[in-house]
Amino acid sequence: MSWTKHQMAQEVLNLIPEGSSINLGIGYPTLVSEILPEDHDYIIHSENGVLGVGRRPLENEVSPTLINAGKETITTMPGASFFDSSLSFGMIRGGHIDFCILGGMQVDSEGSLANWMVPGKKLTGMGGAMDLVNGAKEVIIMMGHYSKSGESKLVKLCDLPLTGKSVVDKIVTDKGVFAINNGKFKIVKLAQNVDKSEFNGDLFEN
Amino acid sequence: MKSKVYENASEALHDIKSGCTIMSGGFGLCGIAENSINYLATCDLKDLTIISNNIGNSGRGLVKLLKKDMIKKAYCSYVGGNPDLEQRIFNKEIDVELVPQGTFSERIRAAGMGIRAFYTPTGHGTLVAEGKEVKEFDRPCILETALHADFAIIKAQKGDSFGNLWFKETARNFSPLMAMAAKTTIVEVEELVELGELQAEDIHLPGIFVQRIYQGEDYENAIEFKKTREE
Repeated sequence: MSWTKHQMAQEVLNLIPEGSSINLGIGYPTLVSEILPEDHDYIIHSENGVLGVGRRPLENEVSPTLINAGKETITTMPGASFFDSSLSFGMIRGGHIDFCILGGMQVDSEGSLANWMVPGKKLTGMGGAMDLVNGAKEVIIMMGHYSKSGESKLVKLCDLPLTGKSVVDKIVTDKGVFAINNGKFKIVKLAQNVDKSEFNGDLFEN
Repeated sequence: MKSKVYENASEALHDIKSGCTIMSGGFGLCGIAENSINYLATCDLKDLTIISNNIGNSGRGLVKLLKKDMIKKAYCSYVGGNPDLEQRIFNKEIDVELVPQGTFSERIRAAGMGIRAFYTPTGHGTLVAEGKEVKEFDRPCILETALHADFAIIKAQKGDSFGNLWFKETARNFSPLMAMAAKTTIVEVEELVELGELQAEDIHLPGIFVQRIYQGEDYENAIEFKKTREE
């Protein structure tokens, strides 16, 4: 058994104290915003230039100029603000954002992340990810544990081009929660019915 | 004050020529200069260098210039959602420099602010750092240089004849930075207002950074991913 995407989002949220500022990346991390209670006390930042992202709009609230970094329509919370991209990345690079949640292709045991290209096959570009991993106080990666071909995305050393070197703090997969600790993946929590024996070897630590 | 008002896109963009470097505002399709882009797509231009976060998206915006092979070089941060661009990169039909988004916006801002270069931790230890000077501060940082342009084409919600601008919601993104970094900044607005109508303390970009402004028309204001909730 493993966690569903929504259960993964809940596990991510469990790692973040209320009142924190959070930047949510494209893909899986977007799900975190969808499970937030209506009266939550988190401050959601989106790097295209908004602090205080609210719920999805009602049909009659939709505005083409009010979107998140995934280009999806959003609303704002009371107290929200808009700004240009330089100020937005100043918030990130300047260490003013507490948590960033990003998707990943590979994370290695030294905490390096790869998530922006597979040479010759796939190119999304890094977008804001390289700034986020170097600027946010804590970096959490949310991704499936295994690739479509069944290979672990938690690896000894990334072989894909890096987004950042030694930047990841925690990883939430469909199998469990892991923390980077002295060159190993420390098992923080496992999904129901996932056995520790699946994560033997030098890379993992109980 | 001398009026900077032009009649339409073709008058305001009359001197854009092949080989120019053009900055184009917008995040995805949000806040793009629709009228200026549509006009450029009708011109006989080639070898353009385009500086824009996405170079259009979903077949729209600057993709119109891509499809007519007008773009020789592009600076952008994100290719996802733009299969026309991804294809041209893999086929080596375009020279693309991918720049981390925060570095991208700061290089543009630096150009407008007279800063020649700056050190940033972003990109250290990655392909982005290749060939760049590294200096150790509290941690290793790489040297990034200012990014200039001949023209900036941007859109604002409101503007006056001096070029003072007001942007709506998240449509601001890179546009005010690009306005500062280009030699000639051409703005299209949804609402061209009288001088004095914009409150001085509400102005997002002072008109000193704007050379030309015109009233745009027929805005599509496309939404890429409409997500709503039920009552």
